[in-house]
Amino acid sequence: MEALLALAIGVLVAAAVYLMLARNLLRFIFGLVLISNAANLTIFTAGRLVEGAPPLVPVGLDAPAGTVANALPQALVLTAIVIGFGLFAFALTLMFRAYTTLGTLNGDEMRVAEPREPGEGSAMR
Amino acid sequence: MSWLLAASIALPFLTAVLAFLFRAGPAGRRISVAGNAALLAAAVALMAETLREGVIAGQVGEWAAPFGITLVADLLSAVMVVITAITALAVSVYALADIGERAERLGYHALFNVLIAGVCGAFLTGDLFNLYVWFEVMLISSFGLLILGGSKAQIDGGVKYVALNMISTILFLSGVGLLYGMTGTLNMADLARTVPELEDQGLVTLIAMMFMIAFGVKAAVFPLFFWLPASYHTPAFSVSAVFAGLLTKVGVYALIRMFTLVFDGDVGFTHQILLWVAALTMLTGVLGAAAQNDIRRILSFHIVSQIGYMIMGLALLTPLALAGAVFYLVHHIIVKANLFLIAGVAERVAGSTELSRIGGLYKSAPLLAVLFLIPAFSLAGFPPLSGFWAKYILVAAAIEIEGWVIAAVALVVGLLTIYSMTKIWAEAFWKPHPEGLEPALTRLPPGDRARLLAPVAALAGLTLVIGFFPEPFVAFAERAAGQLLDPTAYMTAVLGAAS
Repeated sequence: MEALLALAIGVLVAAAVYLMLARNLLRFIFGLVLISNAANLTIFTAGRLVEGAPPLVPVGLDAPAGTVANALPQALVLTAIVIGFGLFAFALTLMFRAYTTLGTLNGDEMRVAEPREPGEGSAMR
Repeated sequence: MSWLLAASIALPFLTAVLAFLFRAGPAGRRISVAGNAALLAAAVALMAETLREGVIAGQVGEWAAPFGITLVADLLSAVMVVITAITALAVSVYALADIGERAERLGYHALFNVLIAGVCGAFLTGDLFNLYVWFEVMLISSFGLLILGGSKAQIDGGVKYVALNMISTILFLSGVGLLYGMTGTLNMADLARTVPELEDQGLVTLIAMMFMIAFGVKAAVFPLFFWLPASYHTPAFSVSAVFAGLLTKVGVYALIRMFTLVFDGDVGFTHQILLWVAALTMLTGVLGAAAQNDIRRILSFHIVSQIGYMIMGLALLTPLALAGAVFYLVHHIIVKANLFLIAGVAERVAGSTELSRIGGLYKSAPLLAVLFLIPAFSLAGFPPLSGFWAKYILVAAAIEIEGWVIAAVALVVGLLTIYSMTKIWAEAFWKPHPEGLEPALTRLPPGDRARLLAPVAALAGLTLVIGFFPEPFVAFAERAAGQLLDPTAYMTAVLGAAS
């Protein structure tokens, strides 16, 4: 199971890096979503996987009987998902604003804050 | 638990909520100033307590460490909270005259105070995942502040700022997950105990590098600093000042904390990289600044350059070098926030921050000229200002362990810093105004003049105090460095005497 998840994380990261290297900011955003999910899966997997044993304490006992799944990584992932969702919503809105005010989604053409120097060539195409 | 620890985080949050509720009128502004004054009082009380006790720790919800979330203040944390409160108070007063009503209605004061809460939280937490959460609190409020107003340049800079900071966050999060997988704990003091006992030290170094890159982006070190000069010159001056003073320093703080407490097992590898990074950060920052012609862009590149000095202190990892890094952090936050505030006054009076379009400030606004000279010369390291002592300690620490190259780089970069500061001086203050204007301070409405200049003068005064009476500050920095190098007190305070 770990190997399978590790492979999935690898594929996610590879796809994310490919997308994030694009000049188009929309692709970059999609890459960001993929890589943040890869990070969440990393936490989940690193916290050890236990199949079919939810971390519940049976009635009348003080501790769960036998080996149960680790609840902490799940709590961490849940927090990270919520935060990641908020940030992603903001980033998406920002990219939309960038598209409407700057008229482009090409990262290389966004040079309002850092205008080209007189001797500097135009961006590579 | 000690309420002082929680107060430094809760007060700015409370201020933010109240300021948001009353954001429409002048009440929001007053709440922001009052809240930050209260924060300063709490921070000073926390500092006094820390000076008396050494390290104070508290467990949130009384869940014992390492299971609950720990708040902990050693001398470094305490001084960072104090300096954060000072900067926040100065900037909130300055904002009274700098921030327009439209931005206020959109929630400027709320965002600002949430940012301060995030910064204080990051300095005080003793839990790695909690640090991640504070980073996110800082990040989301800084996003809001950065693009508040929505000009083209702000959106442009914001895109780069958001993109690179989010990548850094994700790397940080992955590192947290992997470290938890290896040790089963996220409490920093507990990590300091368990990490050296791990069999696979190679993997530890790998994770250490992930943290180095993640915090390196936040701290804006070479070669990860590009987001900073792309965005810091675009928002309101109050926002620039608080970003310039505090945000990158949280990254530096996190680097110092993790690379003295947890990742100090393979110093020959990690800290050697940090030393290279420090030298290259100093050089690229100062050379980048030399090519710029806008006051805020020059200052932005100098943030990068100055970060190099702090990383240098961490990389050398001797008691004197770490003391230098702590001293440098304190000196730099005051000076750099102040320079951005002064740039704001210059723009209000002379009409621009573009050096070719302004001038004559020395003749028509001599008070502003004096107030500029103090932090500018301090940044460049003129005796007897605070920057001189900061650089002196670091260079002395480098020479002490025969790090000739890094010492030479530090001195050369100091020299080049003078070049940039002289450039601002010659263009903005010395040469006549290109349009024949006489940009006197009387052009400001009287109320605004006091609100803009009082924080500037107060911060300049602090720079002078640190410069003329450095002994207590140096002694304090040495004590803080001692705590960093021997974390026994830190671990005992968090985990109890059993560790």
